[in-house]
Amino acid sequence: MIYLDNAATTQMEQEVLDEMMPYFREYYGNASAVYELGNKSKYAIDVARDRAASLLHTKAERIFFTSGGSESDNWAIIKAAEMLKDKGRHLITSSIEHPAVINTMKALRDEGFEVTFLPVDEKGFVSVESVKNAIRDDTILISIMTANNEIGTIESIAEIGELAHENGILFHTDAVQAFGQIPINPDEMNIDMLSASSHKIYGPKGVGLLYLSPKASRIRSLIHGGGQERNKRAGTENVPGIVGFGKACELAASSINERMQQETELRDYFIKKVQEEIPLTYLNGAEGKDRLPGNVNIGFKFIEAESALILLDQHGIAASSGSACTAGSIDPSHVLLAIGRNETQARESLRFTLSDTTTKEELDKTVEVLKEIIEMLRSTNLFYQDYMEKN
Amino acid sequence: MAKVVVGMSGGVDSSVAAYLLKKQGYDVIGVTMQIWQNPDQACRLEERGCCGLSAVEDARRVAGVLGIPYYVMNFKDDFRKYVMDYFVDEYRHGRTPNPCIACNRYIKWEGLLKRSMDIGADYIATGHYARIETLPNGRIAIKNSVTAEKDQTYVLYSLTQEQLRHTLMPVGDYDKPTIRKIAEEAGLPVAHKRDSEDVCFIPDGDTGAFLDSELGAEAPGEGNYVDREGHILGKHKGITHYTVGQRKGLGVAFGHRVFVQKLDVPKNEVVLGENEDLFTDTLTADHLVYMSEGHFSEEKTYIGKIRYSDPGTPCHVRYSGDDLEVSFEKKVRAVTPGQALVLYDGDYVAGGGIIK
Repeated sequence: MIYLDNAATTQMEQEVLDEMMPYFREYYGNASAVYELGNKSKYAIDVARDRAASLLHTKAERIFFTSGGSESDNWAIIKAAEMLKDKGRHLITSSIEHPAVINTMKALRDEGFEVTFLPVDEKGFVSVESVKNAIRDDTILISIMTANNEIGTIESIAEIGELAHENGILFHTDAVQAFGQIPINPDEMNIDMLSASSHKIYGPKGVGLLYLSPKASRIRSLIHGGGQERNKRAGTENVPGIVGFGKACELAASSINERMQQETELRDYFIKKVQEEIPLTYLNGAEGKDRLPGNVNIGFKFIEAESALILLDQHGIAASSGSACTAGSIDPSHVLLAIGRNETQARESLRFTLSDTTTKEELDKTVEVLKEIIEMLRSTNLFYQDYMEKN
Repeated sequence: MAKVVVGMSGGVDSSVAAYLLKKQGYDVIGVTMQIWQNPDQACRLEERGCCGLSAVEDARRVAGVLGIPYYVMNFKDDFRKYVMDYFVDEYRHGRTPNPCIACNRYIKWEGLLKRSMDIGADYIATGHYARIETLPNGRIAIKNSVTAEKDQTYVLYSLTQEQLRHTLMPVGDYDKPTIRKIAEEAGLPVAHKRDSEDVCFIPDGDTGAFLDSELGAEAPGEGNYVDREGHILGKHKGITHYTVGQRKGLGVAFGHRVFVQKLDVPKNEVVLGENEDLFTDTLTADHLVYMSEGHFSEEKTYIGKIRYSDPGTPCHVRYSGDDLEVSFEKKVRAVTPGQALVLYDGDYVAGGGIIK
């Protein structure tokens, strides 16, 4: 199989699994216990926290483990809004955020907060100017994603964070797609809260983290209960998961530069080759350094993405359209609509996301299959036939 | 071997359809058509018919047991346009539509067949209790299933020859208890799931409330109940709340049993009358379609059905311009504009139209 859906999830690294294994049966102690078996778990979590902190060039005390990116987003946004609600009730975010942010914002709106969903330009950039114009006296929180999961556009996080701080506003970023893929330094990039997830960087599923700056560290817990994670996140720790996440962070930190270079080259090779070999295609999102190294999102005119994905699957190629509903069928992507694509265009785009093991041969094979599939789908499309007659 | 896409609703019939085709050696792909999902109601729908998320989960589990590839295809936009909007529009014009017929024609066939062909399939298959046969005249027609009790031919009358040529209905050779037994023996996890009923996008069955919320400010408001002579008898809630033949839920005591006779859209009036007044032996239909023959015969005696549950009445037909005039051998009750007239030539669907 050729797996090109690494933005959805990644295959866990063997080294990560090896590191996790002892914590299922051998060192199964509860990290809160007094005896040595418990200490083993506690120590393993500390190591993992150091490794995660190291990837973010920050201190371990700023890292809090959660069940994943969605929990981190919910926690940061809900509890920051609650903490600051006496100061104001206005929140700013973008229209291309992940549902974990958009729907949390909408839930807060139902509770009486006001939310501004900023538009983006045709490449998916949130302009610093638009953030500036949206800021009001009662704005308490800005949340803008580090990089977009569908089209790979990397936002001007440091500048937006700076603007937030100049205005005394807390700044959160959903870094789930960017974490471990591009360098992020929250302490220097004016980030107060940062959400990240383990399974996007070859770690296990069900683990994530929230980075909290000293200023944000006063937000209250989302999950109430015992005193785990320094009273910030209750519940017996998912020790094997956290250990695996820590290992994945360590591996990511040590290989980030090579991976960026390698994936960027393959990405640009693939984009170029698809556009050369298949007519009537266009790239969605930004180019060059402004795009996540492993992200490709291409529109193929006169096809239905859903049918193309099924055909790719039958050829052993796993790709995505970027926006699947929980049932697994495809809705028009809110991100593509936000960058100005129409409903039809939002249904004709495919996303291919590379991993550190993706090869040129796999991409060549994918282009070959794509060419055949796209031709086949277009051959029965009346709009395509009509277009060809006129052009 | 030929490739067939089975439309899997998560129910027992389509699950067994997939099982039977696999056993017959077809290259089977399971597909659930996501047609409607109200995010606020997704949870409430879990036990219900064909639309909730549990439909997808059940279908996926069956596909897993059968070891066939499985996909969910999104038809929400088409369903909204061709079924729900049509449904609302018909009511607004004083007619009583059959949304399942529209769904079959535009979504389950036109839509699914196109997308299935796109992914390389030769056929689509469904779990309908009906049979498809090629007749001596070369046409393809749907025939009653082996059991009159579960016959679903009425809602399939508008399928085209091209659609029928690419369709398989493997459960039509069995009765429902046998299908459940096959499901059980095959270890399909949906063997005892109950049948879906009602209109799937109105899970609580309250059509009037659904139409009010769909129409919003455009909902036809209160109007008068009148008798056949036009005498005002009381106030009604808006014509979209009524259907011809209805007795219950009129909300006014008239001292004796009265029935809706007619919905007068321009006057926003609901005409009431006696049960006897609902009986007639003629009707006119338009939007004619043909199945077992290319043209209806004015010489033949057909069996005409005027609603899904109608056992059928012998009738004769006569063309009048683009319309078809039907005369029944005995009177039929509550001929309802918007419902389908389906004509049968013996066991086969001859064709039909929409009652005017």
